[in-house]
This record gives sequence, structure tokens and C-alpha cells, in this order.
Amino acid sequence: MAEKKCCCCELNSEKLKRLDQIIEEHKTMEGALIPVLHEAQELFGYLPEQVQQKIATGLGCSLAEVFGVATFYSRFTLEPKGKYNIQVCLGTACYVKGADKVLEKLEQLLGIKAGQTTEDGKFSIQDTRCVGACGLAPVMVINDEVYGKMTPDMVEGILAKYN
Amino acid sequence: MKTIKELDEIRKSVYEKVKTRVGVESKTEKKSILVCGGTGCTSSKSPKIVEELEKGIRERHLEDKAEVIKTGCFGLCAKGPIMIIYPRETFYTMVKPEDVEEILTEDIEKGNVVERLLAKDIETETLAHTLHELGFYKKQHRLALRNCGRINPENIDEYLAFDGYKALEKVLLEMTPSEVIDTVLKSGIRGRGGAGFPTGRKWAFAANVEADQKYVCCNADEGDPGAFMDRSVLEGDPHSVLEAMAIAGYAIGSNQGYIYVRAEYPIAVNRLKIAIAQAKEYGVLGSNIFGTDFEFNIDIRLGAGAFVCGEETALMTSIEGKRGEPRTRPPFPAVKGLFGKPTILNNVETLANIPEIILKGAEWFSSIGTEKSTGTKVFAVGGKINNTGLVEVPMGITLREIVYDIGGGIPNGKAFKAAQTGGPSGGCIPASHLDTPIDYDSLMQIGSMMGSGGLIVMDEDNCMVDIAKFFLEFTISESCGKCPPCRIGTKKMYDILDRITKGLGEEGDIEKLEELAQNIKKSALCGLGQTAPNPVLSTIKYFREEYEAHIKEKRCPAGACKNLVQYKINEEKCKGCSMCARNCPVSAISGEVKSPFKIDPQKCIKCGLCMQKCPFKAIEKK
Ligand SMILES: Cc1cc2nc3c(=O)[nH]c(=O)nc-3n(C[C@H](O)[C@H](O)[C@H](O)COP(=O)(O)O)c2cc1C
Ligand code: FES
Repeated sequence: MAEKKCCCCELNSEKLKRLDQIIEEHKTMEGALIPVLHEAQELFGYLPEQVQQKIATGLGCSLAEVFGVATFYSRFTLEPKGKYNIQVCLGTACYVKGADKVLEKLEQLLGIKAGQTTEDGKFSIQDTRCVGACGLAPVMVINDEVYGKMTPDMVEGILAKYN
Repeated sequence: MKTIKELDEIRKSVYEKVKTRVGVESKTEKKSILVCGGTGCTSSKSPKIVEELEKGIRERHLEDKAEVIKTGCFGLCAKGPIMIIYPRETFYTMVKPEDVEEILTEDIEKGNVVERLLAKDIETETLAHTLHELGFYKKQHRLALRNCGRINPENIDEYLAFDGYKALEKVLLEMTPSEVIDTVLKSGIRGRGGAGFPTGRKWAFAANVEADQKYVCCNADEGDPGAFMDRSVLEGDPHSVLEAMAIAGYAIGSNQGYIYVRAEYPIAVNRLKIAIAQAKEYGVLGSNIFGTDFEFNIDIRLGAGAFVCGEETALMTSIEGKRGEPRTRPPFPAVKGLFGKPTILNNVETLANIPEIILKGAEWFSSIGTEKSTGTKVFAVGGKINNTGLVEVPMGITLREIVYDIGGGIPNGKAFKAAQTGGPSGGCIPASHLDTPIDYDSLMQIGSMMGSGGLIVMDEDNCMVDIAKFFLEFTISESCGKCPPCRIGTKKMYDILDRITKGLGEEGDIEKLEELAQNIKKSALCGLGQTAPNPVLSTIKYFREEYEAHIKEKRCPAGACKNLVQYKINEEKCKGCSMCARNCPVSAISGEVKSPFKIDPQKCIKCGLCMQKCPFKAIEKK
């Protein structure tokens, strides 16, 4: 796992200003919390405590409420992800075609488990449910690049492209 | 803002350009190159193909001879990226960006067909020049998907050309809200999101409640993993959903709609945003629609990866910005839903049917399908089947027709074992029920359900105990934790299944599973928990002997459960080439070159790599 830094030195003030703007734009909207969290995560890549606190203050709710929502939904993450986020689809169509073996190979090659990030912060692995390309099952996605009809054998070659 | 007359003019002039796509002859010489821009084909580089085509057309000055249109899904995802060139309707499959040069020279410039890019029909083995010649399309009836692969979803004019927003116009100018509800009721359409509740009845409930504010919600959360029907409708024909929501708004007396869509669907979200903006610009959304005092607006809300949010009350809680936990019903959403106001929620596919029902009439719709399940159903067919993709069939068709006639059968000469419908809430249908008609009630009767349309085919290599475990693992991680039967009960069931697949099953485990299942079904708070045991129950029902083999003989008949299989080298077949030993990741194989090798069962991690690599098929799985 990447070493944890105190988030105030990571978060630059420009992004924080943008966050203020986002909060301002959503203030009058009913049910604004989730849309704001989406945008904040887009901005920072994850939702550190400082960001959650700012959102809580800005929208007039408690930090506990923000934390509660942020941890309920699997799309929100409180930890930064690796530079390359590798998603292996474990949806039904992919699973019946052996996606678990692809994941296994990947975990073995990178030495981490799904949900973790490599020490150097380069790769993280995530198991997801259906990325909607079931016709290409089993599917692996690295950032925005989709790799279809995967076999365990293909993993190493694909990783090499990112090294 | 456009007047009715202006809209009609757009319809007329654009129809002239696009009518070849529905087989109507046209004088235009210009060819339309339709390229699939759905998620599947986009993943296999269709945007690059569009780019190359546009560049090629520019460089060769072919602007008068051809245009490129990015559409929604054609359905045959297995053969993507897909391209159709009108007016000849030539159907090219597995097109690569490198093929663009040849397509432009041969097809567009010289008028020849590029035969090597045509698909072969699996059954007849002949080349198909148009999509109608493929078995895949022959039994389909594209109704909810009518515009997918036919129009440019980012251009409202093309939607208008095929009678888009005509139904809304008819409703607002010629029908009362109760006439609209009556039509929907008479059509017999039932919810396509899974439960199959009659849509007209749902609307009538909400219409009858007095309130200062009501809401129309569209469920585009599509949580069933392995299903992509709703996504394809949104990507291919977003306006049909917007139009239907406005019609629903008029019927129940609401001026505000919400579409709750998965954030994992960026293309769909983007096309929805474009469609809403265009609809507002044309005045078919907003205030004073078609000069009446009817007002309707639609907002998009993104889901954030929680399956339970597909459940209606959880979905509404989530739109309110909270943790998406379900609420007890009653009160039903039609009385007290979103923000405490009367609300209706419909699935994307349900809505996509509505404009057609209004325009063509309830009788027309109810003449398709069966008596109690009218119309069509879209299925995302995946797993061990040749033609993976999206199909839309009239209700009442048999599973056999879907798997063999449309789906082209099972790859690699393997045998069909089961089809799973209804996702984590559904069940497995075995070969003995291949002739069951696909409709809401027949599927319920055999212990599965229609579900939202995921249809995953499994062959003899899939272990049914493992599949049941897979679905329970899904439910456990997606349970919101509010009610104990779902939170704790499913975990207990999972633990038993886990033991069974590891060879630690005990006599009586099956009965324990059945008992737990019945209790969870009776006591869970929402549909997620109430249906979670279904995959286990249906596999026990049809594949009990497979469970027993695991428990009593510690054997996995499908050879899928790792702890129960052993890899062995057949000494007679082994030529001692050492290929296996060199590939084994844990050095579990040893031997002298040119004499039979051996696998050390203590070291073997059962990855199966040796079996794949052996050139002499000498490695066996027992
Ligand atoms: C756990 C759970 C998940 C659900 N997921 C979905 C979904 O992804 N999409 C959907 O349309 N309906 C889903 N439903 C069904 C909805 O609760 C609801 O019945 C449906 O959206 C109503 O629309 P319809 O009548 O048009 O089908 C789900 C239900 C449950 C219990
Ligand atoms: S199940 Fe993997 S992409 Fe759909």
C-alpha cells in the first residue's frame, strides 16, 4: 500500500478552490451530497478526510453523514488508487468464462490482492461487476483501455506495456 | 423552441435521408456508413474506425458519396466492431481500423463488397451479405431496440425522423391522462426491470393520489452483472426514454423526472446529457410543451456502485443523497416515494416501449407475445454461447430457440448445461427445460425468473455449486446490512457452500441450505434478500447429484472446484518434452527429458497451465 501522507500537503489549493465552487453550485440542489462526492472524487482521485470535512461544512451536514455515504457506495474510495488502476470484471458473463483465473494471474504477477495498490503506487487491482462489454468476456480494464477475450497468458504481456 | 410544424418539417426532410435504413428505397446516391458506438464495439476500437473513415472521406473528397454515423448497439457483440453500409445494407463484422482503406476503395468508390469482412452464418456456413441473412436476427423482433443501430443517438433529428416525439404530441393534444393510462393498461405491458408488475396499474395508483408534487423516475441502475440491455437502449436511443418519461409525467400529473443511472456507464450518461439538452432546445422538454401548459423536466442522478440501489425504495433514498438502504413498504412509492411525494419508477426498457404503444395502439402491442406476457423482451446473452450479444425476442419464444437458433449454440462442441436468468435473484434452467416458453409465469414456475434480461449460458465445464457460491458472494458483498436475515443468513449459506466446494461438505448440508434459504426468503426486508437464496435453491433442485458428488465423494464432476481436482500426467501419452515443467509457476513438475514427467500434488496449485501447454494432451484433470 502506498505510504500515507498527510493530506493537507497533497491537496493543492487550486483544487480546493474548485471544490468550494462545486459545493456552491450544488448548495440548493435536493440530495446534493452524492453528486458532490462524485465530482470531488473526479477532482482528487479519492476522498480524503479533509475533503469530506469541507463537503460536510459546505452542505451543512455532519462529517459522519458524509463518511457514511462515502463508505456505503463502492465507487467512492478513501484511499488513493495506483497510477494504473486495473479492473478485472467478475460479472457473471466473465466469471463463467474464467475471469477468476485472470485475476489470480494478475495478483500473482503484481504481488498484491484485489483492492490493494503496489508499493510504488503504480498499479492497483480492483474486482468489478460487469463493465458492460460482456460480448468480449472475460474483460480487463486498465484506466480507460479495455482488454477483451482475456486469458491468464495474456496478462504478462499487457502489463509490460505499462512498465 | 420549435413549433409542431417546424418539427414536422425536420421529420420530413431528415426521413428522406435516413429511410434507406428501414429498407425504403431512396433516390440518394449517398451511402451511409453506420458504425456501432455501443460499449462492446467501443472497447474494440470502433471510435478509431470512425475517425479513420472520416479522415479517409475528407482526404479522398468523398463527402458527396458517403457519410459516417455512429450508432448504438446492433446486438451481435461477439462479432464487433460492426459496420453496416446503406443502401445495400452490407453487414461487415470484426472490422479493424486497418480495414478502412479497403472499405473506402472497394465498397464506397468501386461499389464492390469486401467479402472477407462478411459474417458467416453458423448454421448454413454461407456468407451473409445483410444482417437479415444471419440466423441471429431471424427470430428477433426489435421493438424496444427499434432505433438502436438505426439512428445517430446524438442527433435528435434522426430520432424525430422515425416518428420521434410524435407519441408525446399525440398524448398532449389528443388524449386525457386517464386515456393514456388506459392504453398502457390495455397493452398489458409489465415491468421489464424484473418483477413484472403491470405498468398501467402502477401509473393508475400514482395518478389517483392527490399531491402538490409527484415524480417520475427511471431505473437505469442495471445491477445484474452480465446484463447490458438498459445500457444499450440508453446508448442507442436515449430520446425514447425521455419521451416516455414525459408521457408518464402527463399521465400521473408530474412535472419532474429523474434518471438514476450507473456511473459505470459513461457513454450512456453522456448521450443522455446530450439528448436532454437537445430536447430542451427543441422544446419537447421544459415548459409549455407543444404549446400546452404541460411542463416536464428531467435530471440525471449517478449511482455509485451499489446493487441494492436498483431496488425501488433504495433507489429513491439514494437520489435523496443518503445511504441507499431500502425502506419498508407500505407506504408504497406511488403514495410516498421520492422526497416523500408520490412517485413512479420504471425500468429503461419498459419506458422505451411506451412511445410505440401510444402510436400503434394497445391491441397492436398485445398481439405480440403471449396472453399474460405481452410484447417483447431484450436479453443480454452471454457466457458459453457463440453469438454473445443483445437480442430482442417476442415473449413466449423457447429457451432452445434463443440458445440454438439465435445464439448459434455452444462453442467448442461442448454440451449445454444450464442457462441462468434473473441474475443474483434468479435461477438456473437445466437442459430438460430448454423448451419452456420464456414468459414471466413459466419462468417463475420452474424456479427461475424473467429478471431484467441477463441470460448466461453455461456448459459442462461450469460447476453448479460454484455458480451458486458465486452469486451468494455477490449478494453478501452487496447486502446493505440493514436486516439480519440478509446480512447474516446469506453469509451462513455461503460458508456452507464454501466448505462443500473445498471438499469439506458434510451429510445434511443440503438440507441446512434449504432451511436457511426458506427462512431468509420469508424474513428479509427487501427484494435483494428475499431472492438471494434463489440461485442456491434452483441449482439444488436441478443439480442435486452434483452437490452430492461434492459432499459424499469429494468430487467435482465439472472439474471446476480447485480443491477437488487433481492434475495427473498420463505416462503413456507423455513424451518427456519438459514443456510442462518449464511452464509450471511453482516448480511442481519434475522428470528426465524423454521419459514421463510427474506432478507433485503437494506443490501443485492447480492453475492448469501445464494442461494448456502440453503439446500431446498428456495431462489429465481428475
Ligand atoms: C435488489 C434489487 C435490485 C434491482 N435492480 C434493478 C435494476 O438494476 N434495474 C431495474 O430496472 N430494476 C431493478 N429492480 C427492480 C426495481 O425494484 C423495480 O421493480 C423496477 O425498477 C420497476 O420498474 P418496472 O416496473 O418498469 O420493471 C431491482 C430490485 C431489487 C430487489
Ligand atoms: S460480465 Fe464482464 S463485462 Fe459484463
